[in-house]
Amino acid sequence: METPKQHTIDQSQSVIDIKGLYKSFGDMHVLKGIDFNVFKGENVGVLGKSGTGKSVLIKLIVGLLKPDRGTIKVLGQQVETLREKELNALRLRIGFSFQNSALYDSMNIYQNLAFPLTMNVKHLTKADVDNAVEEALEAVGLKDKRFQMPADLSGGQKKRIGIARTLILKPEIMLYDEPTSGLDPITSAEINELIVEVQEKYNTSSIVITHDLTCAKETCNRVTIMIDGKFTKTGSFEEVFASPDEKIKKFYSYNFIQ
Amino acid sequence: MTADTENITTSAPRKYLFSKGIDGYFSDVYKAYKFTGRFFKEVFKTPWHFGEVINQSFEVGLRSLSLITVTGFIIGVVFTKQSRPSLEDFGAASWLPSLMGIAIIRALGPLVTALICAGKVGSSIGAELGSMKVTEQIDAMEVSAINPYKYLVATRVLATTITIPILSLYCIFVGLLGSYVNVHAEESTSFMIFYKNAFSTLNFLDVFTSLSKSLIFGFTIGMVGCYKGFHASQGTRGVGKAANQAVVLAMFLVFLEEVVIVQVSNWIRNY
Repeated sequence: METPKQHTIDQSQSVIDIKGLYKSFGDMHVLKGIDFNVFKGENVGVLGKSGTGKSVLIKLIVGLLKPDRGTIKVLGQQVETLREKELNALRLRIGFSFQNSALYDSMNIYQNLAFPLTMNVKHLTKADVDNAVEEALEAVGLKDKRFQMPADLSGGQKKRIGIARTLILKPEIMLYDEPTSGLDPITSAEINELIVEVQEKYNTSSIVITHDLTCAKETCNRVTIMIDGKFTKTGSFEEVFASPDEKIKKFYSYNFIQ
Repeated sequence: MTADTENITTSAPRKYLFSKGIDGYFSDVYKAYKFTGRFFKEVFKTPWHFGEVINQSFEVGLRSLSLITVTGFIIGVVFTKQSRPSLEDFGAASWLPSLMGIAIIRALGPLVTALICAGKVGSSIGAELGSMKVTEQIDAMEVSAINPYKYLVATRVLATTITIPILSLYCIFVGLLGSYVNVHAEESTSFMIFYKNAFSTLNFLDVFTSLSKSLIFGFTIGMVGCYKGFHASQGTRGVGKAANQAVVLAMFLVFLEEVVIVQVSNWIRNY
């Protein structure tokens, strides 16, 4: 097994750099001028109410959607100008963990994990694939589930397998879309631990999209709050929630009442 | 300028050329045209995913085989039984094998196979891809640098295009067998004589048209199923809608193509 890399945050190097980002769907303006960056080795939490465009933001980063205006630089490459081949090469360096896990339900867990690997890396032996799958399953603590079908897993296990599927390609950036939504507090805490483990072991830089304040507090070095399609405040968890802004205060109090 | 007024001016309200409905219709037609055109671009590019094409071909074949066997056989029996009295009135009962050969090979075999496959395969592809779409499995493929069009659409369309002509040949065989069973029950004709008579009035153009037709039907059924599945939305309701629309549109297009191909083949025959 590969030796874990030492986790460090390099504030001189942005792996994601977004400037003046706008995105609308018809008459609905979702993102209204986002400026944002993520440093190498850093976990940044994007908080906000449901439907404020948090998921749209990470879909733009990975090129699933095109921005109306603005620039998105990921690992030094401007996403919106990349050709298909270049975009795919960049995507191999980004792991995307979906809100509902998005496991291929016609494949078992082994096949789910092996699929992105065998489709992207040529000349792999069966032993190489087995080892990579085993390593990824070990990283998420689900080694015994390799021949089960996604439908047989719990919500938390599905989230873990979803993360394992992204880890198999050894990404430099992780994008987590609502990693704890729909999970009980204990499973949520386990997922939070896993996100931190991934950051430390693989030295990834991450964006954690969430409306769960505990998740943001536990897993992120910096958080930012999205209100009305804009980032209202960015900083450490304590800095952001010490803000006198009424909207931020409301978000904080509602979250803890819930 | 306040924050709110600034937000409103980020983009102007959408304007329609005619109306929302008409613009939407033409936009759908254009999307379908682009989706179909992309197949010809992607199918010649590597990687080819031969394994997946074979898997899907087996799926298509196995899914429809039993229904085609039963339906093909019954059609052969029923059409022979229904045609006999009319031919007997003209003293032409001996032409029955030839008539059935023409009817089944030229029209019924490919058409019945296509309609069965539109129902079984088209709906299944529409529902499968629709479900993958609404559960973000297609997006998951895309972010893993896997071309979902190539892996999911090109393989399925190739599978239906290859398999449906084979199923059509099988349907023709079973249909003629059904017809033979009926003919044999009325008059003891040997199997070989029946088949010889059935093919006696057919020429190369009939067989070629029949196979080409099946090929086009296969392509249409695969493409419509994939298109509807790929563009499914609105959760589980959208999956049901995609499956349903895949069947309705595929059947409609199959009938439309049948009319055009018959006209063209008749024009060639007369020319």
